[in-house]
Amino acid sequence: MNKNLNIKSITIDKPLKLDCGQTINNFPLAYETYGILNEKKNNAILVFHALTGDQFVSGKNPLTKKDGWWSYAVGPDKAIDTNKYFVICANVIGGCMGSFGPSNINPETNKIYGTDFPVITINDMVNAQSNLLDFFKIEKLFAVTGGSMGGMQVLQFVNNFPDKAKIAIPIACTSNHSAQNIAFNELGRQSIMADTNWSNGDYSNQNKNPEKGLSVARMAAHITYLSKNGLQEKFGRKLQERDDLKFSFDADFQIESYLRHQGSVFVDRFDANSYLYITRAMDYFDLVKEHDGNLSKAFEKTKTKFLIISFTSDWLYPTSENKEIVIALNAIGADVGFVEIESDKGHDSFLLNVSKFLDTLKDYINNSYLKN
Amino acid sequence: MKQEFKIISNFIEKNTRVLDVGCGDGTLMQFLKNNKEIDIRGIEISKNNVQKCFSKGLTVIEGDAEKDLTQFPDGSFDFVILSQTLQAFLSPETVIKELLRVGKKAIVTVPNFGFWKVRLHLLIKGTMPITKNLPDEWYNTPNLHMCTIKDFYNFCHAREIKLDKSLAFHNGKTSSINEINLNFKNLSAELGIFSIEG
Repeated sequence: MNKNLNIKSITIDKPLKLDCGQTINNFPLAYETYGILNEKKNNAILVFHALTGDQFVSGKNPLTKKDGWWSYAVGPDKAIDTNKYFVICANVIGGCMGSFGPSNINPETNKIYGTDFPVITINDMVNAQSNLLDFFKIEKLFAVTGGSMGGMQVLQFVNNFPDKAKIAIPIACTSNHSAQNIAFNELGRQSIMADTNWSNGDYSNQNKNPEKGLSVARMAAHITYLSKNGLQEKFGRKLQERDDLKFSFDADFQIESYLRHQGSVFVDRFDANSYLYITRAMDYFDLVKEHDGNLSKAFEKTKTKFLIISFTSDWLYPTSENKEIVIALNAIGADVGFVEIESDKGHDSFLLNVSKFLDTLKDYINNSYLKN
Repeated sequence: MKQEFKIISNFIEKNTRVLDVGCGDGTLMQFLKNNKEIDIRGIEISKNNVQKCFSKGLTVIEGDAEKDLTQFPDGSFDFVILSQTLQAFLSPETVIKELLRVGKKAIVTVPNFGFWKVRLHLLIKGTMPITKNLPDEWYNTPNLHMCTIKDFYNFCHAREIKLDKSLAFHNGKTSSINEINLNFKNLSAELGIFSIEG
């Protein structure tokens, strides 16, 4: 999937004990950077990507040839200004953009791992990425941020490394997956596994690809990233290049055509097994349980300043779940700010051109940096 | 306004933790931050105002003081400020109780409905008073529970809330309020500024 692409990566030789019990070592972690690390090394921002993201935050993605997934927020003069800050983003382990994942070759069998790959967690992802600090010789990051699963990694990072970030901005996320979140992820996984090409995860060794299953998974998930109003406004009942219904199962409606398109472009850039592994990691994430039901304990040891951001129309990780993080932080007197941004663009708001969000992000980051 | 801020600022000690409840666009927070070495944050219901606060580098939590103060532990702030907002709550009594739980001290400022101009307005014109501090019409005012300096003073006594400091504010001048001059201050001051303890 990533052959012939210019992907930077480090090999992590420090053994990493995974939550599942296995230990991995000498594994690759692919990353990208933007901007310049200053002499004091106090301008580094570690960005964590979401489920289907990758390390290409800004600029052109070399695989898709499209803009990086957070181009609205990261770049020269943007909210996260790469003229000022050194932005690092790594592909999560379990992913398919150069980091250690199920599409890698298993040295023991010389075959592609597939479902022989160990189950990984958000904790494992974050522990792997912490090696980047050693690699860049950064004592303390200025900021850690990310939306959705990226936000979960922000929370886990501060929990694991309480003195490694000055500020933390988890966006549109949760401290544990709700039954509804798990349900949608399971729908995606089942649709991949129902594709006969999936072949119990061994499709790559058999030169097959469960494209249809992965595409349906993406379609279903995509709906959860948008709001009802947003969809209605954009598509309504508009027909796709036709004047009337065709009395068939073609894509009569624009929304059908749009989803099919989303599904088909996704399979060109994403590995089905990675989708299984990463959604599993999200489902397993439970920072509340990790602290015996008291989320505050996750942040007791930290002096990191927090800004929590949610969106009015996000029903996947609604404001109420984001607010639980705020409440947990307030309960221990942590320095925390919170704002719910008005937007009809649903969960995806954090990826889009939502000016009030981008302004708030920019203000908070720049004002916090002033106090550096 | 600035004058009121200065008085509030004088009430607050250095190196303390302060919460501004209903902090608006952060004008008071910014004033206090620039003039005092304190750790201050705010809680504000309006999204627009919250964003304005962030643009000024102030830490605020979007929320409704009437519901969201519960998330702060007992005594988690040295001072909790409620500047000219008490009258806008559905249940001022509950809010005061919460302020005194969350803060070791609470600083409350009250636009005085007993001010002579307000009384005269109602007496002469027979319509709901509109003044500098109370600029809205009866049908669009956010103020649900107007009170007088005397009302607040009596309330504190009835609830055994300790009045640490009670000041009457008028035309840029302050004077202390006590049992003896209460009726006079209630007539002559636009604003009451109180520091209270539970």
